[in-house]
Amino acid sequence: MTPKNRLDGGQIDRNTTLSFSFDGKQYTGHPGDTLASALLANNVRLMGRSFKYHRPRGPMTAGSEEPNAIVELRSGARQEPNTRATTAELFDGLAARSQNRWPSLKFDVMSINDRFSNFLTAGFYYKTFMWPAAFWEKLYEPIIRKAAGLGSLSMQADPDDYDKGFRHCDLLIVGAGPAGLSAALTAGRSGRQVIVADEDFRMGGRLNAETFEVADMAGADWAAQAVAELSAMPNVRLMPRTTVIGAFDHGIYGAVERISDHLPTPPTGKPRQILWRIYSGQTLLCAGATERPIAFNNNDRPGIMLAASVRAYVNRWAATPAQRVAIFTNNDDGHRTARDLHAKGVKVAAVIDTRADAPGAIDYEVLSGAQVVDTKGRLGVTFVELKLADGNSRTIECGALGVSGGWNPNVHLTCHQRGRPQWNGALAAFVPGGTLPPGMIVAGAANGAFSTHGALKSGADAARKALGLEGRAPELPQAEDAPVTQTPFWYVEGCSRAWLDQQNDVTVKDVKLSHQEGFRSVEHLKRYTTLGMATDQGKTSNMGGLAIMAELAGKAIPEVGTTVFRPPYTPTAIGVLAGRMRGTEFHPTRLTPSHYWAQERGAVFVEVGNWLRAQWFPLPGETHWRQSVDREVMATRASVGVCDCTTLGKIDVQGVDAAAFLNKLYCNGFAKLAVGKTRYGLMLREDGIAMDDGTAARLAEDHFVVTTTTANAGKVYQHMEFVRQCLMPDADVQLISTTEAWAQFAVAGPNSRRLLQKIVDPDVDISNDAFPFMACGNITVCGGLRARLFRISFSGELAFEIAVPARYGDALMRRLMAEGEEFDVTPYGTEALSVMRIEKGHAAGNELNGTTTALNLGMGRMVSRSKDSIGSKLSERPGLNEDDALMQVGLRPVSRDDKITAGGILMRADGPVDAAHSQGYVTSAAFSPTLGSMIGLGFLKDGGVRTGETLRLVSPLTDLTVEVEVEVVSPHFVDPEGERLRA
Amino acid sequence: MIINHPLLGPRDSAEFVYLGTADLMNRPDPDTATPEDWHDYAYLRDNPAGTHRELWFHDGGDRSILIVTRDTITHEISAVELALKTRAEA
Amino acid sequence: MRYSGLKVIKEALTGHKGWTPAWRDPEPQPRYDIVIIGGGGHGLATAHYLASVYGEHRVAVIEKGWIGGGNVGRNTTIIRSNYLLDGNEPFYEFSLKLWEGLEQDLNYNAMVSQRGVMNLIHSDAQRDAFIRRGNAMILNGADAEYLDLGQVKKEYPFLNFDDARFPIKGGLAQRRGGTVRHDAVAWGYARAADSRGVDIIQNCEVTGFRIKDGKCLGVETSKGFIGAGRVGCAVAGNSSRLMAKAGMRLPIESHVLQAFVTEGLKPVLPGVITFGAGHFYVSQSDKGGLVFGGDIDGYNSYAQRGNLPVVEDVCESGMAIMPMIGRARLLRMWGGIMDMSMDGSPIIDRTHIEGLYFNGGWCYGGFKATPASGYAFAHMLARDEPHHTAAAYRFDRFRTGHMIDEKGMGNQPNLH
Repeated sequence: MTPKNRLDGGQIDRNTTLSFSFDGKQYTGHPGDTLASALLANNVRLMGRSFKYHRPRGPMTAGSEEPNAIVELRSGARQEPNTRATTAELFDGLAARSQNRWPSLKFDVMSINDRFSNFLTAGFYYKTFMWPAAFWEKLYEPIIRKAAGLGSLSMQADPDDYDKGFRHCDLLIVGAGPAGLSAALTAGRSGRQVIVADEDFRMGGRLNAETFEVADMAGADWAAQAVAELSAMPNVRLMPRTTVIGAFDHGIYGAVERISDHLPTPPTGKPRQILWRIYSGQTLLCAGATERPIAFNNNDRPGIMLAASVRAYVNRWAATPAQRVAIFTNNDDGHRTARDLHAKGVKVAAVIDTRADAPGAIDYEVLSGAQVVDTKGRLGVTFVELKLADGNSRTIECGALGVSGGWNPNVHLTCHQRGRPQWNGALAAFVPGGTLPPGMIVAGAANGAFSTHGALKSGADAARKALGLEGRAPELPQAEDAPVTQTPFWYVEGCSRAWLDQQNDVTVKDVKLSHQEGFRSVEHLKRYTTLGMATDQGKTSNMGGLAIMAELAGKAIPEVGTTVFRPPYTPTAIGVLAGRMRGTEFHPTRLTPSHYWAQERGAVFVEVGNWLRAQWFPLPGETHWRQSVDREVMATRASVGVCDCTTLGKIDVQGVDAAAFLNKLYCNGFAKLAVGKTRYGLMLREDGIAMDDGTAARLAEDHFVVTTTTANAGKVYQHMEFVRQCLMPDADVQLISTTEAWAQFAVAGPNSRRLLQKIVDPDVDISNDAFPFMACGNITVCGGLRARLFRISFSGELAFEIAVPARYGDALMRRLMAEGEEFDVTPYGTEALSVMRIEKGHAAGNELNGTTTALNLGMGRMVSRSKDSIGSKLSERPGLNEDDALMQVGLRPVSRDDKITAGGILMRADGPVDAAHSQGYVTSAAFSPTLGSMIGLGFLKDGGVRTGETLRLVSPLTDLTVEVEVEVVSPHFVDPEGERLRA
Repeated sequence: MIINHPLLGPRDSAEFVYLGTADLMNRPDPDTATPEDWHDYAYLRDNPAGTHRELWFHDGGDRSILIVTRDTITHEISAVELALKTRAEA
Repeated sequence: MRYSGLKVIKEALTGHKGWTPAWRDPEPQPRYDIVIIGGGGHGLATAHYLASVYGEHRVAVIEKGWIGGGNVGRNTTIIRSNYLLDGNEPFYEFSLKLWEGLEQDLNYNAMVSQRGVMNLIHSDAQRDAFIRRGNAMILNGADAEYLDLGQVKKEYPFLNFDDARFPIKGGLAQRRGGTVRHDAVAWGYARAADSRGVDIIQNCEVTGFRIKDGKCLGVETSKGFIGAGRVGCAVAGNSSRLMAKAGMRLPIESHVLQAFVTEGLKPVLPGVITFGAGHFYVSQSDKGGLVFGGDIDGYNSYAQRGNLPVVEDVCESGMAIMPMIGRARLLRMWGGIMDMSMDGSPIIDRTHIEGLYFNGGWCYGGFKATPASGYAFAHMLARDEPHHTAAAYRFDRFRTGHMIDEKGMGNQPNLH
């Protein structure tokens, strides 16, 4: 059975029937319908409730400017709040629910707010809820919060995928109405690369909604023909269902393409939406115009709509909001709706025209000089009350009222950079003005060319101008060119509960109050009343509010301000802005060369920046991580352990001036480092604070390999490039990061040399004499494989680091394990690495925290005064060299079972415990299996001379009551003389 | 934004890391500079509303540091040079 | 006019005829004891405390546009005092205490909502750093609470505990932190200051300072010369532009910070959440919008707008930590201009010009600092000495090496 309000014709596919539900009730519609058009066809006008007063609401528009018909779409994890029924394409099985009502849309308890509207005026909450003070948070605010919002999130992870892409074109055309299509044909025929984006699923814009003819055929047919021609052009890309959301710098536009929103679920492998970054040479904005309402009392009842939207429903969707429709207009355009309704067989109750000289009509009554002063109808309009030209009243029965207050050009994208729309008195509207985004031209209704011919012509002209096309202008198809005059008529005299912002319930009365209280600039008005802050972004409301404020202030509209729009053009799903970068794909994951081997060994992994590193290697029977870590430490210190340290930054420095370059970079001297030797180096920032530490190995006169900490690899490289390119441009030095190129393993422990001797080639002598502590060199291993060997130690043991090309890393690790069996070789992870470095007193990220100096780190004397290096001068400032400067110390609990908490604060043995008496803090802490207690590193005021002192360690955050007695000791807990590493 | 790299052509600014004012290239002469010179170099900025010469490091590209002349109000870029070349030729 | 529940009821019943402008709109007088440049949150708060605490009544606030149009009207509304360093923590804690009494002080409900602020922890090193920070907060008299993974899960079950790239390991909570209705802060201070005789002069742009023999005598404006005993500048975002008129270069760069709000949603977020493995912070407003932000765009800018890469970056972080927000729609985005200072901390100090005082360099932290900044600046202007909580915010700290660098990023403003 055909639904009651379904008319003949329209651009819907009647061969297919779709069933859908709204608030659980089943209805039918057709492909081509929106949810709103299908519901209207089914005689459903009530689709939502307003935000504040919970007033019953139906659709006001037929597009993305919709403030009222906002629903929750779909269910489960795909639940989608605040979806405009006016743009949601119908599909079979679509399930929608109304929102912001309880218990039902028809009976909403919260509509009691409407009764109290006198109390709930603009800004009322700023003036009240202050007594007693504690009640705001305990009572009032929770109530306000509970009422907040419209739709609900599912609280589940969004199951759909989103993609991102990049597109390039000579000309981007935004909007495929008459202006956009005309521009696209002109540009497309020129052979240039063109992209046409339109938010609608059917291109054609108003041509689809009107009954005008273009080139002697229905406008919609001409549009379809144009689209067909354009889709055959290889240089033209048509992007329907694509909203250009923002105009960003240098011709970059953001656009969201809805791939699957018109389907029940995205097809396998397809995203829900795609964010396109469109790089355009030139842009034509052909975004059309939005009809504006007129404010009168109770102008928000379901059935009261913009007149051109009524026309769109009737013509495009063959759906009328009611069987009897009245029109309220201040211009000729409203009469078009009446004509089209009549032609479709819908009863026109009357055309109420504010103008005394309104054009007459034969088929229905026209009331010139009349106004709608009020309306009736609980859940939808039933009657409108008029004030006639002669001052008498009259009541007209109707199920819908089309309201036409003229048109506002859609200038939104012109404002996204520096544009400020300017007032056009002839149109009584804002048109594009100020500085537009570079490369943007505006055409058609968006630029105030409201007739069909005007749109076709300005589109074609603009395309020619944008692309610099020469030659004769193309012939334009025949189209109506009715003159458009708009006289301002914003509200009906004497109205008060007349809605401007329907969703946020901002009425004329609120604007008056805002003016009365001094909130008179457009920015104050918007913020004080919330006008234009709803999900429709003020597309239908800002102008009216501004006009009324201007009148109250006795100013011209542009003096009060302009409404500048910000991106996005329409609300945009956060998911599509994030794309695939979520879950485990949030950041890239970098794997070490031994990763798969470590996985086979059952390693537990940890995120270190973007790297995934083995944290420890549990053995069967080990139930607590400490068991594994303690074992790894003890085994390394007793025999030999191997750790993948590929993640350390490795930077190759080559050139005649390489040594001079490093001498500038490191605060300690590098000019005289011998070939075949490695040196520890500390890099400062120019402000004198320690940036990073590492080693530099001189492999040849003009070749160094610099290592950095894992965390700072990128930053140090960038810093080195800055010094090279900006401060030492004449130096002969080249840099390249080789972090990924070399797999590097620490081989540590008393048996490390014996293990390595089994894999280095026979001609390589790594005895203590031939290859002493801090030696380095290019060698070969495993029968000719090139490698680099460094005798450096982070653990404090006799140790080496061996590097091979990354693709051999896995093989080398397996080889080391196999050859090391006789020494019970133990792989160790980052935890054991950390324990051993704390035992040895080496600074790491926790100590190099961006606020510590060489002095703090106990390396003050390393800063060479005999040369200039980055940071050396500013490190001399008094504030960085105070007598009681923080110094790195070691800490041991006096009672060996006590815990040392990293992040704990050090206090004197007695005296108050507060910030003013802080003596320092603990940077790193670990259980030392070697010493059998916890140990810590920390910074202590004047720590260099406080060895042996007992302090209190407090950590009120983690334990308010406990104070741990700790003793200040040397930070070098293990082998302070360094005998082991030189062995 | 798009930065027109002198060697690589137009590149998206997302490939770059911003390092700050091009004045950072004018490090004081360690032999003659006063503490005040060092303070001004490290800490004071013209911070103009308008034309600004600034350094962009092509981290996701060829690792050049570019001197970009850009308007801080409009974001319009009027010149792009290689820092190294500019220094070497000066 | 005093606001009260009774007054609201009376007006509701009598057609709201009795409301008067929240502040006057006077023309400037030829001379004031103190002129404050900048009608944002900090400038208006300064005026309020000058009048209410320090007994200064011949005070004017000069604003080039409309009051509250700068960063106080374009931020993510978060208040907190979870700072690490001694130079900062007492100041921000003082600020939080002033927020707690703001409504009664101003007779204006700015909707201070102590919904709690929670920083998520994602690594051991981060845990160590947050423990240190929490300890510093508590030892400075603020509140802080360590949450283990179980507690985070219980309080925020919708976070990504399943397939997070950087798994959540815990959190540092400050229960007294929260959000405030940001515009109302400007209006409330303006109304309170106005009621004590402060002239708030809108649409009056300062074109220069009249400086003679090293002393500031007043300001040249688009409404003529206005004489002043002391002039205080509080125009963060535009500090360098203004102070250049006095011949000063500042340790400040201007950068754009974008912020975002979604469509209104039924309540989902209990408080403020900050993601520790990306730059993202979010709360839900009284109207239901998710208000969120991330990093600055990173290049010097005076344009109140940003670009797509940072928009995407922020939304990626949001989805990484709260994958339920994928179908929430971003409604508006905007940019504010930050005074990014050289150590990430602000400056409230005299200048080398007698009678000219400066307040700026607020980086991201300006909004939450509004009350204390106003109080401390009022103290400085009235007494010519720093307020004890703001004593470290000196211009010469870079000269002497006493930087207050919470993030440890050094003299690169865009990294703070």
